[in-house]
Amino acid sequence: MIQTPDAVEIAPGTHWIGALDPGLREFDIILKTANGTTYNSYCVRGTDGVAIIDTVKESHAEEFFKRLEQVARYDEITTIVLNHLEPDHSGALPELMRRAPQAKLYISTKGQLMLKALVKDPELGFNVAQTGDSVDLGGRTLRFFTTPFLHWPDTQCTLVEEQGILLSGDVFGCHFCDARLFNDQVGDFRFSFEYYYQHIMRPFREHVLDALELLEPLPLKLIAPAHGPILREAPRSYMQRYRQLASPLLHNEVGVNNKSLLVFYISSYGNTARMAQAVVDGAETVPGVRVSMYDLQAGGNLPFVDLIEEADGLAIGSPTINGDAVKPVWDLLSSLAAIKVRDKFGAAFGSYGWSGEAINMIEDRLRGLKLRVPIKGVRARLIPTEEELGRCRDLGIQLAQHLTGTVQNRVISMSELFAQEPSHA
Amino acid sequence: MPKANVTFEKLGITVSVPAGTRLIEISEKVGASITYGCREGECGTCIMKIKSGMEHMSERSVLEDKVLQENMAGRSDRLACQAQVLGGDITVKA
Repeated sequence: MIQTPDAVEIAPGTHWIGALDPGLREFDIILKTANGTTYNSYCVRGTDGVAIIDTVKESHAEEFFKRLEQVARYDEITTIVLNHLEPDHSGALPELMRRAPQAKLYISTKGQLMLKALVKDPELGFNVAQTGDSVDLGGRTLRFFTTPFLHWPDTQCTLVEEQGILLSGDVFGCHFCDARLFNDQVGDFRFSFEYYYQHIMRPFREHVLDALELLEPLPLKLIAPAHGPILREAPRSYMQRYRQLASPLLHNEVGVNNKSLLVFYISSYGNTARMAQAVVDGAETVPGVRVSMYDLQAGGNLPFVDLIEEADGLAIGSPTINGDAVKPVWDLLSSLAAIKVRDKFGAAFGSYGWSGEAINMIEDRLRGLKLRVPIKGVRARLIPTEEELGRCRDLGIQLAQHLTGTVQNRVISMSELFAQEPSHA
Repeated sequence: MPKANVTFEKLGITVSVPAGTRLIEISEKVGASITYGCREGECGTCIMKIKSGMEHMSERSVLEDKVLQENMAGRSDRLACQAQVLGGDITVKA
């Protein structure tokens, strides 16, 4: 790989001064980085001041400062902007503030708590930037756009107005290290771009769509993210790709007034399968609900995760084996952290031999994922009786009624509430 | 003992509880989609929105007020682990 020791001019007076980390193979535990990554920071020079936008991981600070010193003196720096305070972008901030104590620091409103937690200096001064606020550097204007949850609460983007450069932070970035820097010169990084979206941005897709509303109208010539290639060739295509990725793959045939309920099950001897069918039968009696049933044994997690992302509710059926729900169920449930499931409705059911712990375990996990779990799950010992199948039908009906908002308000006392199974009214 | 009626709007359930009950004691039991972190009023994880009946809730303690402010919470937000119901009818968005 070509190593460059120099700052790189990306537009007149605006330089990349970041750091390369080609040896990184795993980022934040959860991400594979076959090509390493870059920590991109930028220096914008105006006639009246110099701004540094984002810093780098602390371990790469020396490289960052060397590049910075090629394009600016520390006493020239008037402005420091942190688009995102995660340590890979704020790691060199304390030292930069020490070297340029006159500089004013700009962060988003929600960055304040992060800043206090990361930089343990109660004396550290900062300015809070909101959408529309700007800093005049003299012929170069930095304009801020608050874009929360891409992918932390604090994230924002900064536009260099006169140059049409969007310093975007993590959004539109990826983990890909290539010293040639620009998207029309580096190796093929498309998989990294998609992978980064799927793992970092996808849980926040509603926020992605909000941010696109804010950013798409901007007159952009270049997108300079905080990781990976600088997007100077067809920058808008990357924005368009984000819109595609944040939108459903296919038109959902469930009408706008209809709700979608997914029933997943896995079954050793057909008992939990029979219970699943009863849940479906019950739910289908409620108008306005489209019910779909899937055998977890035969499906891969990824398509199911896609389906759940679009659904309004899900019920999961698992037998209890060795005191636990079975692995395909946990595989599915552990995959749901990648999407937003908060406030969907959830329920559990299943057949068991002698203990039946799986139901409560699944319910706890659903609650941990911030789903609403208002109905007590149904457990059946081995072959479900007609009475137990009837309770499964009731579970389906009640779940469907919750989805359609037709559930009748119940009044219950605290003592009745506590007399029931944990966490169910 | 004075009672309060706490309605969980989305769940469609009203729980009649003794005055002094903390919201978390009820919300956990009904399966609301509220998550809980420290349970001691420090982390702000359990912020919930009071749709009506705030006048029937305990006053914010100094700690709760600080945490709510740090989390940019609005006037109708409370920490489920701190806020107590004192009587009357209260509706929460959960």
